[in-house]
Amino acid sequence: MTPLAQLVEAALFSASRPLTAEELSTLASDASAADVRVALEQLREHYDFNQHGIELVELAGGYQILTRAVHAAALERAQFSVRAPKLSAATLETLAVIAYRQPVGRVEIEEIRGVSVGGVLRSLQERGLIEVVGRSEALGRPLLYGTTPLFLELLGMRDLADLPKAEELTIALRPHRAVAEGMDDAAAYVEAES
Amino acid sequence: MEHLSVLTAPVEAPTTALGGAPGFVVELDAFSGPLDLLLHLLREEQLEIADIPIARIADQFLSAIHELGLNQAADYLDMASRLVRLKTQMLLPRRPEEDGWEDPRAELVRRLLEYQQIREVAVWMGRAAELRAEQHARGYLPPPPEVPPPPLKLDIIELFGAVERVLANIPFPVLHRVVARPLDVETATRRIEELLAGQEQIRWLDALGSRPTIVDVLSTLLALLELAKRGALRLVQPTPFSPMVIARDSARTTG
Repeated sequence: MTPLAQLVEAALFSASRPLTAEELSTLASDASAADVRVALEQLREHYDFNQHGIELVELAGGYQILTRAVHAAALERAQFSVRAPKLSAATLETLAVIAYRQPVGRVEIEEIRGVSVGGVLRSLQERGLIEVVGRSEALGRPLLYGTTPLFLELLGMRDLADLPKAEELTIALRPHRAVAEGMDDAAAYVEAES
Repeated sequence: MEHLSVLTAPVEAPTTALGGAPGFVVELDAFSGPLDLLLHLLREEQLEIADIPIARIADQFLSAIHELGLNQAADYLDMASRLVRLKTQMLLPRRPEEDGWEDPRAELVRRLLEYQQIREVAVWMGRAAELRAEQHARGYLPPPPEVPPPPLKLDIIELFGAVERVLANIPFPVLHRVVARPLDVETATRRIEELLAGQEQIRWLDALGSRPTIVDVLSTLLALLELAKRGALRLVQPTPFSPMVIARDSARTTG
């Protein structure tokens, strides 16, 4: 491995969160982000080619060294690590609305989910999965929420573009704010998916 | 609709344990909201979202929230009132060819479809989180072990009292154990056959041998009965209460 790849490995090993290529490029004075990407690729190949128990994962806009999924069961049996608890349906639905509609206010989330979401929003904020990203211009200037990098980490996504696209869903996601024009429209969507 | 029902299948209507708790919000273990309940009802009846028979589904929704004890949850009541209003709107006379007419169900249909999309994304995200949870980063700290109970505080009197209570519960020690000795019918049979080989008939006491134990007596008795059954000998008692005579059954042994 090149000296830069070694440096990158050391940095990722010591960090407790994903590091971006830009952050990693501060390791060496003469290293560009492009150099770092080459080094990262070398590191990834090193772990894969030599069949290491860890791998380089692209996560939340950065890079992190993670144990390979095949070892999950053994690690849990030995109690070196514990699988994160499953997310509840209420949590997932609320996160889904925010992920696709951000920045989005509480009222709109409640309209889509059909339930009040005050408690869920608070716990999501406490867990650092969502944050206040601004205020709406609407009456009372309500808070607007968005997802955080931690949300991407939790789901193992590089960025929000990793979310399912409209055409990948059973029912195409409608563009924002395009509310019902009428029955014909809705019927067309149902026909399209059946 | 097949694939949709697969996605949302794990959410099943609870059939029990909810009736007795009015005001209990069942969001976590039953439905994640009135739209979820509505979708469940539509799926159960295999109805198209685009063409909901409002009257029927409104009645079912009302009876469902009644049965599930959801009548205290404001979110469900809100949906119930919307459905009832829709039901009345659908009863109004109308001329569909008229230009200004809009199906009153359109808004509900839009919401249901939108909610279904969210459900689908939520399922996808749940799977993504599960996959991610199989990989661990460095610096993982296991949850702290459970705190052991605090040391007991008691004086010597209490301790002796406790010991006595424990001792009192121990059953009386067993001093003697009876070990069942198996009966030895084979040896008794052999002995009787040997005796009968030498003489025509023998007495019961002869058959027992010298110094018989209770086990010997029982073994001999069983051997005699077995031999009599086989027809090797006859058991005769000449007069009531007289000693039993064991005679060779010559008729059968020779024949």
